[in-house]
Amino acid sequence: MQQGVPSSRSWARSLVVLIPYLWLAAFFLIPFLIVLKISLSQPAVAQPPYAPTFDLTAGWAGFKEFVTNLSVDNYLSLTADRLYLSSYLKSLQVAAVSTLLLLLIGYALAYGMARAPKRIQPILLMLVVLPFWTSFLIRVYAWINILQRDGLLNQVLMALHLVDEPPAWLATDTAIHIGIVYSYLPFMVLPIYAALEKMDDTLLEAAADLGCPPWKTFWLVTVPLSRPGVFAGLLLCFIPIVGEFVIPDLLGGSETLMIGQTLWMEFFTNRDWPLASAVAVVLLLILVVPIVTYQHIERRRLEAGS
Amino acid sequence: MSAELARSKVSGAKRDFAPWNDPNARPLVRFDDVSKRFGAFTAVDHVTVDIHAGEFFALLGPSGCGKTTLLRMLAGFETPSEGRVLLGGEDLSDVPPYRRPVNMMFQSYALFPHLTVAGNIAFGPKQDGVPGGEIETRVAEMLSLVRLEGLERRKPHQLSGGQRQRVALARALVKRPKVLLLDEPLAALDRQLRENTRFELMHLQAKLGLTFIIVTHDREEAMTLASRVAVMDHGRIMQVATPSEIYEQPRSRFVAEFIGDVNLIEGTLAAIEPGRASLDSAAGRLAAAEPGDAKTGQQVWLAVRPEKVLISSGRPDHAANCVGGRVVDVGYLGDVSTYHVRLGSGLMMKATAANLTRMIERPIGPDDEVWLSWPPEAAIVLTR
Repeated sequence: MQQGVPSSRSWARSLVVLIPYLWLAAFFLIPFLIVLKISLSQPAVAQPPYAPTFDLTAGWAGFKEFVTNLSVDNYLSLTADRLYLSSYLKSLQVAAVSTLLLLLIGYALAYGMARAPKRIQPILLMLVVLPFWTSFLIRVYAWINILQRDGLLNQVLMALHLVDEPPAWLATDTAIHIGIVYSYLPFMVLPIYAALEKMDDTLLEAAADLGCPPWKTFWLVTVPLSRPGVFAGLLLCFIPIVGEFVIPDLLGGSETLMIGQTLWMEFFTNRDWPLASAVAVVLLLILVVPIVTYQHIERRRLEAGS
Repeated sequence: MSAELARSKVSGAKRDFAPWNDPNARPLVRFDDVSKRFGAFTAVDHVTVDIHAGEFFALLGPSGCGKTTLLRMLAGFETPSEGRVLLGGEDLSDVPPYRRPVNMMFQSYALFPHLTVAGNIAFGPKQDGVPGGEIETRVAEMLSLVRLEGLERRKPHQLSGGQRQRVALARALVKRPKVLLLDEPLAALDRQLRENTRFELMHLQAKLGLTFIIVTHDREEAMTLASRVAVMDHGRIMQVATPSEIYEQPRSRFVAEFIGDVNLIEGTLAAIEPGRASLDSAAGRLAAAEPGDAKTGQQVWLAVRPEKVLISSGRPDHAANCVGGRVVDVGYLGDVSTYHVRLGSGLMMKATAANLTRMIERPIGPDDEVWLSWPPEAAIVLTR
């Protein structure tokens, strides 16, 4: 009986450890394998719209035939057409620029919040999260209204005599950046705020005591100690922005599409599931780079034990 | 003879160090009628005190008495609501903390978690633009001073509490401050380490010849470390004196009670003769030494330390002050025992006696009839 208790406990423990792996397998690995498989198929006028399909009843021979019918043609056509390359580049560029803007604005906001009196901090936190209470789509539509030629922004600019002619905002990259920065701001602010908020204020006094003026203390103490929050914010913003579809579709122009839009077009307009899947797999590979980099940095930080 | 002379010289130098008695001496630090209010709360209330170069000065008091606020005003983290803080005669009012030639050792140590031990110690000199080679030498010097050689590459979280405390000390000392401020520097250490570190601090201060100001709520710490102690309560300084003066000549009941155990007997001053005062109390007529500024008929308190009270089973002959009572409780502490005695008048008194013999059973125990006596010089008269 005494032996039974630890063994059943260790069984329960391994189950608990297993749960996240099962979750990852069911909701990430298996769907990914399906997408990978479709990306190696050929488009077909059928239901589902690709061939070959995987048939368990055909047995070993059927599986061998299935494998021989897979090909990397879709990946080759991704390189053949400049459209895809420019879409990827456009996405990375938009993501890089808006993530940088988000970092500047988000850090300032988070810093202000963490420096605010303790009792109003929950209110400020609430204000950051509050926009989530309205549908994301409605908020982006509202930006159309603000940015259109006779919209709120131009009315204000004209009233202040900052411009003579109302400039066109909609269907420009500026509109995409405005929309993205607005929508993703909480994802940048919250992790940075969390890092700054738990920082010990006596460290700032210690720096001052040792002869460090405030602006220098910011660079030597505050910034290094908020680094984990900054990295988390960068990842939380950069990765989904690369694959962003709704904001560029509603606010952006039609000349160069972001990869999310190209993906959507391949799926729904062209009904080319295999090619769309190939686009998605390559996108995933591109995004794995920053994730692995982040994990590498994070592991080094944990080992150095900061 | 020479060894004898040398020893007396060393202890003599220490004993003769009393710049506060020299009317011409110029203090290094001067708090000039300083007050600090936080909203309606007065943390520091019209404090005036001089601290001299080379002193180990202790600010002692219960928590919330304003001692830390006083220290933080010298460091520059708080601005006085009234009054001035002077360092070497210069008004510090407009000097920001990062330009003040004082350094602080924080109670929480406040070590930078992202920097190594060496990085923490080098932080101060780097701000002053000290060249890299010299920084290295000074960091190595400090590491050997606080005996942390070999740990320079560690991060603070990889150190024990005692090691962290020494890094904090090294970091505050490396800039050779005019005044080192220590905010409860030993509070986070366990008892054994605290006692050892106390002596290390004393040696360090003597060796470097710096001025140390320590904030503490631990009277033993203040008494052992300091050349002078300022006892604070409710934002005011109650008394500033050497540890022995504070203990033997407290000027108020608060100081007498805060610095160690004391018997306080309320009474009326009956007569004053040269070098002798007598008062009428519930325990009868008692004799004391100098009455200070008290006048006949005034309500006063007689203060006697328990270890100066002699406890005996038989009535002692020729005792100036002698009261009878019954032992209520005996607190056995090994080296000494404390006897709680209820006098015939109902008053409670304490007497401490050293346990000079190795007896398991003490000759005096609970419920015994005893006599308490003390010489007039052992008692002092307090008016507040």
